Amino acid sequence: MSHQPPSISDDTLHAYVDGRLDAAHSAEIETRLATDATLSARVQAWREQNQALHALFDPVLDEPVPARLTQTLAPPARARWLPMAAAIGWLAVGGILGWAVHGKLEPVTPIEAVALAQRAAVAHVVYASEVQHPVEVKADQEQHLVHWLSKRLGTELRVPDLNRFGYQLVGGRLLPGDKGPAAQFMYQEAHGTRLTLYVAVQTDDTQETAFRYEAGEGVNVLYWVDHRRGFALAGDADRATLLRLGHAAYETLSF
Amino acid sequence: MGRHPFEEHLPRLRRYALALMRDRMRADDLVQDTLERALRKFSLFRRSTDLRAWLFTIMHNVHVNQIRAATAAARTQPDDAGGEPAHTPLDDAATARDISNALQHLVPEHREVILLVGLEQLSYEETARVLDVPIGTVMSRLTRARERLRALMSGETSPTLRRVK
Repeated sequence: MSHQPPSISDDTLHAYVDGRLDAAHSAEIETRLATDATLSARVQAWREQNQALHALFDPVLDEPVPARLTQTLAPPARARWLPMAAAIGWLAVGGILGWAVHGKLEPVTPIEAVALAQRAAVAHVVYASEVQHPVEVKADQEQHLVHWLSKRLGTELRVPDLNRFGYQLVGGRLLPGDKGPAAQFMYQEAHGTRLTLYVAVQTDDTQETAFRYEAGEGVNVLYWVDHRRGFALAGDADRATLLRLGHAAYETLSF
Repeated sequence: MGRHPFEEHLPRLRRYALALMRDRMRADDLVQDTLERALRKFSLFRRSTDLRAWLFTIMHNVHVNQIRAATAAARTQPDDAGGEPAHTPLDDAATARDISNALQHLVPEHREVILLVGLEQLSYEETARVLDVPIGTVMSRLTRARERLRALMSGETSPTLRRVK
């Protein structure tokens, strides 16, 4: 060789050890390893780690799976909520948004945020159609409502004023969220169309998200995560309307 | 009745859980918590996604939450032995040359990367998705994890190592 070969990056070494290089590239690395004892020792140690992990933990693969685990998967009454999910079209199709569509380098949409949107959609369908008791605390006790829900969620809440869009606050209620309490605020416009704002504290990660939108049958959801609080606006308003409402709500809610 | 689609992934979930937890009972508890959560979220699963990677993602989240909860519990009750430390101290009889023990001396983030890549043979991209970090983070964690393991297993000790009777 007439020239000094370029140094091999750690990434390439990992790919070599993990068998992710093509044959030609691998052969290239091997040629280098043959003349570089330090590099060779490093690669050898890494390879032995992989082998040791397999030797230690692979026997588990051949063990019978404990009954309590297979029983967890047996279908009991848990299938009961599926009709509700089916009623809301997009839930059945699902959507771990971002999982498939985002580029490699970008974190995916937190699953928890998607779960939030799902719960918001179900809560909207359940309560927006309620005639007698759409809310637990009515808008005429707004201060009490906000204080109470803030206390239960353990985070300061504010209620966005959406009057300029024709939506008046009806009131709100406490709901079970994915991991703790959640709040739902309900709005209504002159024709009786209702809109709900669902709020829950996010625990999975502190990732903030941009506005995300999911369209369904009878309910569309605009949702986002900000300062570890997840928000979801649900209603039958279209995407553009929900985005306008979302931006207005965001101004009040982001602090 | 057909088998549940999660079922074929149980052996590998158990393997990963055991490598994380070391204790069989706690490992299967982690698998069970993962399955329960996955069942609740299954309606969100998209068919184009790899089910195995999705289940590992859920296991990762459950595990991280448990570590967080244990750390918080240990912080509020400093005298209570019930709080699980993030690192299990070395067994008396064993040495750090044993990879199982050496693993316990990695921070959880490094342990997970080395197990997902080296044991579970997830691609770097899949690992990034499971851990919800950029791929560059996966690669740098992998380097640090592998080098740390190498140091531990070659008998080099570090001042941060604790030996507890």
